[in-house]
Amino acid sequence: MSIEVNGKTYETDEEGYLANLNDWTPEVGAAMAAADDCELTDAHWEVINFLREYYEEYQIAPAVRVLTKAIGKKLGKDKGNSKYLYQLFPYGPAKQACKYAGLPKPTGCV
Amino acid sequence: MADFEVPELKEHIEIPELQEGAMAHSQPFVSKEQWQQPLGYPGELVENWEQAALDKMGDLLGKYRSFQVFLDACVKCGACTDKCHYFLGTADPKNMPVARQDLLRKVYRRYFTFAGKYFPKLVGAVDLNKEVLDEWYSYFHQCSQCRRCSVFCPYGIDTAEISMAAREILDAVGVGQKYCNEIIHKAQTLGNNLGLPQPALKDTLLDLEEEVEEDIGVPVRYPLDEKGADVLLITPSADFFAEPHIDGLIGYGKVFHQLGISWTMSSFASEAANFGMFIGSYENMQRLALRIRKAALELGVKRIVFGECGHAWRVAYSFLNTLAGPFDFLDPNYPVPQHICEVTWDAIQKGQLKLDPSANDHLNVTFHDSCNVARGSRMGNEPGGQFKIPRAILKSVVNNYHDMPRETICESTFCCGGGGGLLTDDLMELRVKGALPRMEALKHVHDNYGVDHLVAICAICKSQFTKVMPYYGFEMDSILSLHQLVGDALVFDQHD
Repeated sequence: MSIEVNGKTYETDEEGYLANLNDWTPEVGAAMAAADDCELTDAHWEVINFLREYYEEYQIAPAVRVLTKAIGKKLGKDKGNSKYLYQLFPYGPAKQACKYAGLPKPTGCV
Repeated sequence: MADFEVPELKEHIEIPELQEGAMAHSQPFVSKEQWQQPLGYPGELVENWEQAALDKMGDLLGKYRSFQVFLDACVKCGACTDKCHYFLGTADPKNMPVARQDLLRKVYRRYFTFAGKYFPKLVGAVDLNKEVLDEWYSYFHQCSQCRRCSVFCPYGIDTAEISMAAREILDAVGVGQKYCNEIIHKAQTLGNNLGLPQPALKDTLLDLEEEVEEDIGVPVRYPLDEKGADVLLITPSADFFAEPHIDGLIGYGKVFHQLGISWTMSSFASEAANFGMFIGSYENMQRLALRIRKAALELGVKRIVFGECGHAWRVAYSFLNTLAGPFDFLDPNYPVPQHICEVTWDAIQKGQLKLDPSANDHLNVTFHDSCNVARGSRMGNEPGGQFKIPRAILKSVVNNYHDMPRETICESTFCCGGGGGLLTDDLMELRVKGALPRMEALKHVHDNYGVDHLVAICAICKSQFTKVMPYYGFEMDSILSLHQLVGDALVFDQHD
């Protein structure tokens, strides 16, 4: 499978996650979201940017609790919970947000 | 919300009208060479796959006496036909346990029995061809190896073992399942199913310590890789990552803290789950189990305790000693291994934990028995301990508790619908439909007693319910970890 953005083709896995993490650009992320009928707002980008920063440091997506706390610190306590994140990413912050951020899909019993 | 029809919840579990081929399209993503090879399997369907499959079947028949008995013993009495949650949820007759077994049995008869070799039509024996292989791939990934059917089989035929054998044959010819095999590879190389490296684990646990202290004012620790600790806690990596799992982990820490037990987790063996069992691979199961032994030796612990994880507890309770023993270096005064529920219940009985169940008065709960704990293991010293102990703990920490109907709990418990290596998004239709009987039982106690939360002790169950409950009108957060409730009810001694 693949996704086309601005005339360039990027390889993805069966579920639309980027095969090569270095292929990611904000445009690719936005195109992936658009394919799911999701328009990325500033609120979405806060999450996506945090995921990318965390991944850069730890080579893994953050735990949901780490993510909610970080978002809470940045955007206010009322947003530091998974309900808020699920509003932004209805398929689950861990999976859907990781996809748009160009991160691999979390695997395991999650 | 879904591109399939979500079954309607009925008052009682009903046997559906048959829909031939209703789930014939369901199959998970196929594994790739990068995950097949390290596990010892070919990267794609091998050229002489028919012979390779029969060779593997012959190998398993020679190794596992039970496998041959199960293939020989069925008398088609029909007792199992309405016992599978996937059959009840999908109405596909091939999801009747006997029909699922027959997919393998008909090939076994053709090549391994006298009657099948010479009079195949008389005994329902068929040649192995690609169509049969594809059907194996589809329908042996519609069995969560929950073993409910085996409870009702007068011969004790265990469909789980047949499905494990089928998956091993599939792997041997190069057709593995992506979800399981990618995960096994990760756990064997990085230490856990998620692929959490040590620094990420460390960071997450430090964060947790901060959070708990902020929350309750008690410096509860969540130690990692600390040599000389008494207890090594082996817990599913979902406990570090997902919700409501992490609340369970918080609870274990509170219990250890209150009991003054020195404990640690290991980054090398940071996974309780053992997906080697799901694919029927003794070798891969053993490789994962040996990581636990190695970690225990290196950290110099005296006890091994398992966190809330269903099939992990089956592997631990039933197979760990064979796979990775002897554990003669551990303290013989404690069971090897021990379940966190045994630790907690033991302490409650001795009066070592002060509990205030009114802390959970905003909840009205019921308990979901996880298949592998219920039918593949035990807890404590008496039969049925695996049913009694979690309930006894729960009743000590809540005031509002009601069991679901008897035919849906304890040894007759219904699978959450996501066990056995099926907890993957590419099987969502199966997962949602397979949850039907459990959701109906939950609805029953919801409608009759106002139960609003389901409590479980398995990482797969927790993730599965979070995902599928909304399809049936329940909130995604109506599933809780048992040890979250323990932790919330715990009244801490005011030391110094």
